[in-house]
Amino acid sequence: MSAFSAVLKRDLRLARRAGAGASLGLMFFLVLIAIVPFAIGADQRLISRLAPALLWIAALLATLLGLDRLFQSDEEDGALDQFLLSGASLTLLVLAKALAHWLVTGLPLSLAAPVLGLMLAIEPQAMLPLALSLLVGTPALTLIGLVGAALTVSLNRGGLLLSLLVVPTAIPTLIFGVAVAKAAAEGRDFAMPLTVLCGTTLFALAISPIAAALALRQARG
Amino acid sequence: MRRGPRFLFRGLDLALEPGQVMQLTGPNGSGKSTLLRLLAGFTPPDAGSVDIEGAGEAAAGSLLHYFGHREGLRPALTARENLAFMAGLLGGDESRIPEALSRLGVSRLFDLPVRVLSEGQRRRVALARLLVVDRPVWLLDEPLASLDVEAIGIVSGLVAAHAQAGGMAIVATHQPLAATNVTLDLAGRREIAA
Repeated sequence: MSAFSAVLKRDLRLARRAGAGASLGLMFFLVLIAIVPFAIGADQRLISRLAPALLWIAALLATLLGLDRLFQSDEEDGALDQFLLSGASLTLLVLAKALAHWLVTGLPLSLAAPVLGLMLAIEPQAMLPLALSLLVGTPALTLIGLVGAALTVSLNRGGLLLSLLVVPTAIPTLIFGVAVAKAAAEGRDFAMPLTVLCGTTLFALAISPIAAALALRQARG
Repeated sequence: MRRGPRFLFRGLDLALEPGQVMQLTGPNGSGKSTLLRLLAGFTPPDAGSVDIEGAGEAAAGSLLHYFGHREGLRPALTARENLAFMAGLLGGDESRIPEALSRLGVSRLFDLPVRVLSEGQRRRVALARLLVVDRPVWLLDEPLASLDVEAIGIVSGLVAAHAQAGGMAIVATHQPLAATNVTLDLAGRREIAA
């Protein structure tokens, strides 16, 4: 467990140290949402209807940002070798990295989403459900991305390939995440999509760390 | 162990007793690093096995130190933070960091980010890991690279002290190492007892 917290602590510290590493995803999110009205035009009702989808797409893209470096930096500087010597299971350490990544991207995104939703004239009653859907759904995005990052660890410019691998697998999360906010905006009950969203996150939580650890081991073989 | 169709080495049989230091020599590309990575368990051998006697339930990895070309230091973190991370990860004692750094002659660099250190200083900081975390088996790949004369003396001393305390070390280096008991030359693949 100490190895887990060591990895978590270091990654959080690195995110803080690397100059706004944590807020970078957030800024990207903000910029993306800010340009939407310029692109779509001043039709407030249209923007309001699109808002949940736009916020979710922005969250997905912001999560992908920097994900390709997640394991690459550890691979390059030899830290990954030390992970294997720690005696702790690689799956657990990979999970620690995922948690750190989510804490600096997914969590702030979810908290900022209601505020940014204002800029998109989102229905007031949909604000909290939207934040909730992001809070529950962004861990799945990070976890799915984790596998992509592990698979592309030895590729120098793996970013694009990573997106190609991750985005299609993130579709179920996207669908049910948007469904929660949409249902809430239309005043319908959103318990069903929210439950399915929780399901995708738990599924990713069960599978992804194991798959990522396996991919990392393969990459070094 | 093979690289492509070519055998890097085959029929290699080596055993190390507590207190022994083995020096790996051989020209570039003869497989020194590959052998060390194989012994560390990073890459599986094509045939054969690596055993640590008395390891019991413990994973072999948790009994050894591997120190390679890539030191595992993060430029953005300070020397102390880097070593504290290693201590946490590998199960060492964080309170031994100051002493370890001073033994390697880099105690002044304690709170400097590794980014600003020179190559030699960086390696000294990285080598402090061997003292912060106790492991009976040391696998060192070119530990003396980019070190000055003083540091080479320090590292040789560390290896000797480690062997004296009953540890084992396999060191790949081209420079003579005082503490060596056994030399394995991968070029001719002859085992020479000293």
